[in-house]
Amino acid sequence: MKKNLARSLIFLLSIVFVLSGCFGGGTNNESTPEESADPGEKTEETGPKILRLNNSSEPGSLHPGTAQGTHDSWILEHAFEGLTKKTPEGEIIPGMAREWETSEDGLTWTFHLRDDIKWSNGDPVTAADFEYAWKYALNPESASTYAYQLYYLEGGQEFNEGKADEDQVGVTAEDDQTLVVKLAQPTPYFLDLTSFYTYYPISQKVQEENPKWYQEAESYVSNGAFKLTEWKHKESMKLEKNEHYYEQDKIKLDEVHFVIIDDENTAWQMYQAGELDLVYPLPQDVQGQLLANNDPEFVKGPDLAVYYFNFNNEVKPFNNPKVRKALSMAIDRQTIVEHVAQGGQIPAYSVVPPGIPDVSGDYQENTGNLFEENLDEAKKLLEEGLAEEGMDQLPNFTLTYNTSEGHKAIAEAVQEMWRKNLGVEMTLENVEFQVKLDREKAGDYTISRAGWVGDYVDPMTFIDLWVTDGPYNDANWSNPEYDKLVEVAKTTMDQEERMNAMHEAEKILMDEMPILPVYFYTKPFTVKPHVTGVYTPINSYPQFIYADIE
Amino acid sequence: MLKFALKRVGLALLTLWVIITLTFLLMHNIPGNPFAQEGTMPKAVYENLQSYYNLDKPLLVQYGLYLQSLLQLDFGPSLKSSSISVNDYIKSGFPVSLHLGTQAMLIAITFGLIFGVIASLNRNKWPDYLSMVLAIIGISVPNFILATILINYFAVEWQLFPVATWKSWSHTVLPSIALAMMPMAYIARLMRSSMLEVLSQDYILTAKAKGLSRNKVILKHAIRNAMLPVVTVLGILIANLVTGSFIIESIFGIPGMGEMFVKGIFNRDYPVILGSTIFYSAILIFLILIVDLAYTWIDPRIKISGERK
Repeated sequence: MKKNLARSLIFLLSIVFVLSGCFGGGTNNESTPEESADPGEKTEETGPKILRLNNSSEPGSLHPGTAQGTHDSWILEHAFEGLTKKTPEGEIIPGMAREWETSEDGLTWTFHLRDDIKWSNGDPVTAADFEYAWKYALNPESASTYAYQLYYLEGGQEFNEGKADEDQVGVTAEDDQTLVVKLAQPTPYFLDLTSFYTYYPISQKVQEENPKWYQEAESYVSNGAFKLTEWKHKESMKLEKNEHYYEQDKIKLDEVHFVIIDDENTAWQMYQAGELDLVYPLPQDVQGQLLANNDPEFVKGPDLAVYYFNFNNEVKPFNNPKVRKALSMAIDRQTIVEHVAQGGQIPAYSVVPPGIPDVSGDYQENTGNLFEENLDEAKKLLEEGLAEEGMDQLPNFTLTYNTSEGHKAIAEAVQEMWRKNLGVEMTLENVEFQVKLDREKAGDYTISRAGWVGDYVDPMTFIDLWVTDGPYNDANWSNPEYDKLVEVAKTTMDQEERMNAMHEAEKILMDEMPILPVYFYTKPFTVKPHVTGVYTPINSYPQFIYADIE
Repeated sequence: MLKFALKRVGLALLTLWVIITLTFLLMHNIPGNPFAQEGTMPKAVYENLQSYYNLDKPLLVQYGLYLQSLLQLDFGPSLKSSSISVNDYIKSGFPVSLHLGTQAMLIAITFGLIFGVIASLNRNKWPDYLSMVLAIIGISVPNFILATILINYFAVEWQLFPVATWKSWSHTVLPSIALAMMPMAYIARLMRSSMLEVLSQDYILTAKAKGLSRNKVILKHAIRNAMLPVVTVLGILIANLVTGSFIIESIFGIPGMGEMFVKGIFNRDYPVILGSTIFYSAILIFLILIVDLAYTWIDPRIKISGERK
């Protein structure tokens, strides 16, 4: 009996010790503290210039052909380069291609590559690498989500659908430095697309020798300003200056260290403790504080995205444009932006965000406000609309949003505004993101929260969404006139005619209000004063290719 | 004993199979789709993805394929990452979670037992109130709040420890404490009530009447007997701790396997959901088995039913 006490104690502790002895000590990274990001670490002027950032999730794929989403593209945009690239001002300039010409019908593009371009392993970058990469992404067997970004190529969609041969895809390397591209139809924004990551080349030799080259840093080969030299999955990544890059004298940073932290608050605290030099995205309340305090380290970058609510146009009385308009006119967007969203967002009175060039000037600026907030008008419209539908008051309805503190706050603000301004009662419902998508597709909702980020810098990436039976027309709205204008804009190469058609279409959209725009997103981030040269293109994360540390 | 152990192992395997099958069926029946996204996805792209991951096959075929690869200990690919498979997730994440969980468990058991015993011996005096106030705080303050407070003071304000990431031993201190609070409080409360019950038993009175010293009575008679309920919950507590905490790992940026459970579901990443469920179940079943076997060793009064027959 006396032994039993000892036994029980031994048992309690032995489980723990045995476990820790077997696995804990030997197999973790405890023993490799060689490189530290301790608070004390500072970049000496004499030492290497290191930029420290946070990528908020483990990249899903660092292969240009199968990458999708910002966690992948932030790395790819610095490790790779396409035929063209963009200046900090957003102008498209030569990248891997030194120059290009277009046929008169706008269908054939011929790109001439530079002769001094190399992969990070020293091999030359050839036109064949581009052809190979694009066909790789389109190949049905690659199962690339972003393959549709290449549907602009002649035969591209057919190949991806398994209806055509690889040889029928409109991209051919005529020689090592000439790439001829044939498009399915004239695409005025094609040049913009050639700087997008699905259009990056991959080394044919590397891909064929080791199809898993992109899974680890050791075998990673890229052609951009930086190369990937370390990738501890789910933990950290390291980029180093690529000594084979043709413009390497313009690259000031020696290394870029990414940690992978998905908690925004933690990333912000690391920034405060001096463990990170730049943080994006920021927690919502922190954005609000920094904005209110006019913090000098706070940067409000532009974004190509709009936050809106879908009305299910097949549910009575939301099939009535007057009802939809009344609801849209009865919320105070400025208050939502300033006191709820708090990221310096811009109230939206149209759907195409600012930052897209028009024939002259900015497209959104030229659009102006397509409707106004007006309570009296809203009340009148609601009454009329309900009367037309044979109702005397709006039945209780539900607004569905995907679970998130931010979406919840906005939904609550809208709920309160409608109650106060129109005397309308509604219920809020939060569901998982996947469930929301399912229900939108099935038409099983009344009003739902949505957001859209543009794929390329052209109004069409937004206007295209609401064509009849379009794949993302969750509002189930249909307007033949709108469809016709979109068709015009899609088929003409005349810039003025295109832009006019899209402006007209947007007017119809806001006149009928199948969706309710709330605000245009911004990309608020903070960067330490010793970091210079970071810029934010409208459709990507802050770029640090030309950044420097002083 | 051997017969009992074999029987239990067989039963454990059966339990695992039931869990696999149930999870498989439930997972395919919840709304949502691993490839759904906000935006346009052409039909062809969707179909290519489905066929790449064999999701276009009949459910029964998918089930068969999965069991087949499971027999070779292959948990399949992650639908959200082309670089790491579910096996990689477990291989790289489990040691990290295990390390963190073990440290947290050591803290929790050591301090939990100490607080519990002290409280029970000083019933309704200040050490009792202090321990129990601490325990109530430990149970009621969610660990993400505790983690944020720890980071804010120990890392940002006083810069004693790094904020986050998993690089050296000093990176492990704050998350271990944050993770240990809940189980520690739980163990302390359990130990206290169990001690009080044991102390009121007749055999304690007998021991005292025999003229044994107070210390001997407590150490040799009270604590040993009071520990049984703690051992009972230990299996579950350990299984929870060593398979990672999503919240703590996410806040401290720790590459453990805690996120597998939560993100797998969010993303409808089928192989990850199955892999993490199976792995967790296996560990839990294993630990419960050990705890059951340990009962007889700690307290000979408990007999294994199978043994008598």
